[in-house]
Amino acid sequence: MLKSIGKTLLGAVFFGGLFVPHAFAETTLNALFMAQAAYSEADVRSMTEAFTKANPDVKVNLEFVPYEGLHDKTVLAQGSGGGYDVVLFDVIWPAEYATNKVLVDVSSKITDDMKKGVLPGAWTTVQYDGKYYGMPWILDTKYLFYNKEILEKAGIKAPPKTWEELGQQAKIIKDKGLLKTPIAWSWSQAEAAVCDYTTLVSAYGGEFLKDGKPDFQNGGGLSALKYMVDSYKSGLTNPNSKEFLEEDVRKVFENGDAAFALNWTYMYNMANDPKDSKIAGKVGVVPAPGVAGTSEVSAVNGSMGLGITAVSKHPDEAWKYIEFMTSQATQNQYAKLSLPIWASSYDDPAVTKGQEELIAAAKLGLAAMYPRPTTPKYQQLSTALQQAIQESLLGQTTPEDALKTAAENSGL
Amino acid sequence: MERKNPVFTAFVYVCALLLAAVILAPLAWLFVMSISPAADLAAKPLRWWPQAAEFSRYAQLLSTAENSAGAAFTSSLRNSLEVAGMATLAAIILAVPAGWAVSRTPSVGWSLSMVIATYMLPPVALSVPLYMGLSWLGLLNNVFGLALIYLTILAPFTTWLMKSGFDSIPREIEAAAMIDGAGLLQTWRIITLPLAAPVVATSALFAVLLAWDEFFYALLFTSDQRARTLTVAIADLAGGRVSDYGLIATAGVLAALPPVLIGLVMQRALISGLTSGGVKG
Amino acid sequence: MSGTWMTTRAWLLMLPLLVIMVAVIGWPLVDTVRLSFTDAQLVGTAGNYVGFDNYTKMLTSSNFTRTLSTTTWFAVVSVAAEMVLGVLAALLLNQEFRGRAVLRGLMILPWALPTVVNATLWRLIYNPEYGALNAALTQLHLIDDYRSWLGEPGTALAALIVADCWKNFPLVALIALAALQAVPRDITAAALVDGAGPFNRFRFVILPYLAGPLMVALVLRTIEAFKVFDIIWVMTRGGPANSTRSLSILVYQEAFSFQRAGSGASLALIVTLLVTVLAVAYATLVRKTAGSAT
Repeated sequence: MLKSIGKTLLGAVFFGGLFVPHAFAETTLNALFMAQAAYSEADVRSMTEAFTKANPDVKVNLEFVPYEGLHDKTVLAQGSGGGYDVVLFDVIWPAEYATNKVLVDVSSKITDDMKKGVLPGAWTTVQYDGKYYGMPWILDTKYLFYNKEILEKAGIKAPPKTWEELGQQAKIIKDKGLLKTPIAWSWSQAEAAVCDYTTLVSAYGGEFLKDGKPDFQNGGGLSALKYMVDSYKSGLTNPNSKEFLEEDVRKVFENGDAAFALNWTYMYNMANDPKDSKIAGKVGVVPAPGVAGTSEVSAVNGSMGLGITAVSKHPDEAWKYIEFMTSQATQNQYAKLSLPIWASSYDDPAVTKGQEELIAAAKLGLAAMYPRPTTPKYQQLSTALQQAIQESLLGQTTPEDALKTAAENSGL
Repeated sequence: MERKNPVFTAFVYVCALLLAAVILAPLAWLFVMSISPAADLAAKPLRWWPQAAEFSRYAQLLSTAENSAGAAFTSSLRNSLEVAGMATLAAIILAVPAGWAVSRTPSVGWSLSMVIATYMLPPVALSVPLYMGLSWLGLLNNVFGLALIYLTILAPFTTWLMKSGFDSIPREIEAAAMIDGAGLLQTWRIITLPLAAPVVATSALFAVLLAWDEFFYALLFTSDQRARTLTVAIADLAGGRVSDYGLIATAGVLAALPPVLIGLVMQRALISGLTSGGVKG
Repeated sequence: MSGTWMTTRAWLLMLPLLVIMVAVIGWPLVDTVRLSFTDAQLVGTAGNYVGFDNYTKMLTSSNFTRTLSTTTWFAVVSVAAEMVLGVLAALLLNQEFRGRAVLRGLMILPWALPTVVNATLWRLIYNPEYGALNAALTQLHLIDDYRSWLGEPGTALAALIVADCWKNFPLVALIALAALQAVPRDITAAALVDGAGPFNRFRFVILPYLAGPLMVALVLRTIEAFKVFDIIWVMTRGGPANSTRSLSILVYQEAFSFQRAGSGASLALIVTLLVTVLAVAYATLVRKTAGSAT
């Protein structure tokens, strides 16, 4: 008995050993990406395949984690000698990563052609303190998606231009019995909720920080949260929004269970794909609305960049890979789920064809992108904000008190 | 039996059916989800049985094509096997001498109690230094590093079970062999271990189940396909970023299969192991 | 053979186990204590000595008190429910009926299911838009509208507890069943003859046999419930509005998400202390019950 079990175990170990891929390539890069939203896993894999075909001496191991794990994984991998070489990072992390020396400064590698060709909004994604910590890769903001068929049935001619109008249109749809809860958001206790909140903050002209101190508890920041709470309480917003992430929003929208949804670029072509979506061909997209007298449109900077970690032993190959992934050719080829960072791509028919509506929305939205605060303590600030948003939605506190507490707990 | 009352008999059967339903329904649903087309799973009202069963997700997860989602899953399956295998083997190797020592020399038993008491420690209390230590040793994101840590979870259990096992083997048999001139190792080999074989097997299975289930350390100390275990892979899938619920369910079925099979096949041994530890504890 | 040689040999045989345990558990524990008095970061700075600052900061934060009560609530309710359900299931399985062996075999399934898979399964079941629970309850006309089980503070923790119970009550049942089968038939028969009612028979005849094993199960389950991390991490990550955040999740956030190793360590030690006190209290209780039961 002992023998046979020992054998089985040994066998398992040995058998496992046979699977270990043999690396013939000279250099192996480990790259960390996120699963879903923006470029799909399949897209990233085929981009990478094209890169390794062109550079047979480099092998790239890809790793995909949910967005929620991206930050912690990157930080935790710092301790391991053979950690990641290339990491995807969100616009909110360069401050922390630069301060804690997670990413290397690549300012010297950014060419003038890059500086000229890439949209200025995209550059803010990778900059901190005047230095560059990578290349922007995903240029993204949240748009207002709507279901054309439902709006038509409700007799609504044009999608809303202001947030107030969004509420009115949703009410018409609800009153006509077309949908019980017409608006879907991603308000789960996660960064996704902060992105929706930021969009509204930009619409109401609020500010996160003033002189380094929290200011979101006043003015526009407060109005933004109040809007969310009102929309939730009025029953126009799907109450399940408070446990939705972006993928849940997409699923609800694609199933025809939402008339309006706030989501990233990637939803446009996915929701228009008849394979997964019940509403293919009925998807409308406009920039997130504004607030009368304050703003025309609103947008959050949800861009992400690719950087080289400080522990990478192959920074040159890593940069080569990043250059390839962010090149105009690659980005134009995969422009369906994420739009290029390159200015001239937006006039390239190969990119715009079939998604003119999205490009039109992008031109307005990308120009209005509003940043989340730049601070090394962003994680803590965001956690405090997430709690404030959820507590107010659930009616546990008033938006005023919730944001005040968040300001105190923000660590700033 | 004490009562032949038909009402009582009916009551027993109703309860038994209810219990069976409670146990089986969630498991059955997990399997149904894994073979239902995505559209069925998003239907309102929900379709409880797929119009056409599709097993494509199993093929998708078990494919080993390089740089595919399947490769990521199979590599985590392999890592789980490796880590659980190594940790279990090591836990048995440590447990046999230690368990025997405590069984035959009860005066050292307090040290085993100390070892078992470590079970109380929440992993978070050790995680920061362990993280730094593994990093220093270059064992982060490494199956050996993870197996080393798992060893300290498994060894207290296996040692305890081994000790209980050795307790039931009379010392006289061993003494007789030793009088005949056999050394300690020889006595173990010829007498003790063959008699203790069932206990060794039970301990090993327990250890495998424990290691297979571990999540917290794996979440912290692994980062990619080189060491990431199945539990972390599944938690990643379930994290709300995969919209095909069937795929998540499929991964769950595949991860549950080995321990569930162990559980079913070794039922009796597992229960007697549990209760012998329990009753005497 | 002399007693001293026996003891020395025993220690030598224990040595490998002890070395590993000290290296992988003893040393980190001591180091955690050291870290808890510093302001060390997870990566980078080694940190300076800050005295009891971390402890006072953590103990006085509203996060801590709230998380402590959430964890306690989770532990008490889930363990109590597991005990009651487990004993009831064991009493049932101790009856004679057709299919008993099969049912007994099924009981092992939830226990063998990996915790993370269990959490994933229930997360899918609780899905607010497409989950099986909402579908089943509406189709049975028990609720009118789909609900957000994991999105409401009122139901999220309860939903977690149900998921945890489902996985763990069968274990209690199996332990209790093994103990029940050790109850000699003639004793129950005698009690029946004496005219003892079913409740009294359970209380005075059967329970003493169950007490020992159940106490052990109780201790183990309580400790585990207090350390809970996996199931919450997968199902809610502590949301909504932190209403399901357990102590372990709080420590993770502090030490790893915010990278404050020092205050994270102090928090972890506070948790350790709580679990130890609990375990010692239980151990005393176990000894007492064991003493009175026999």
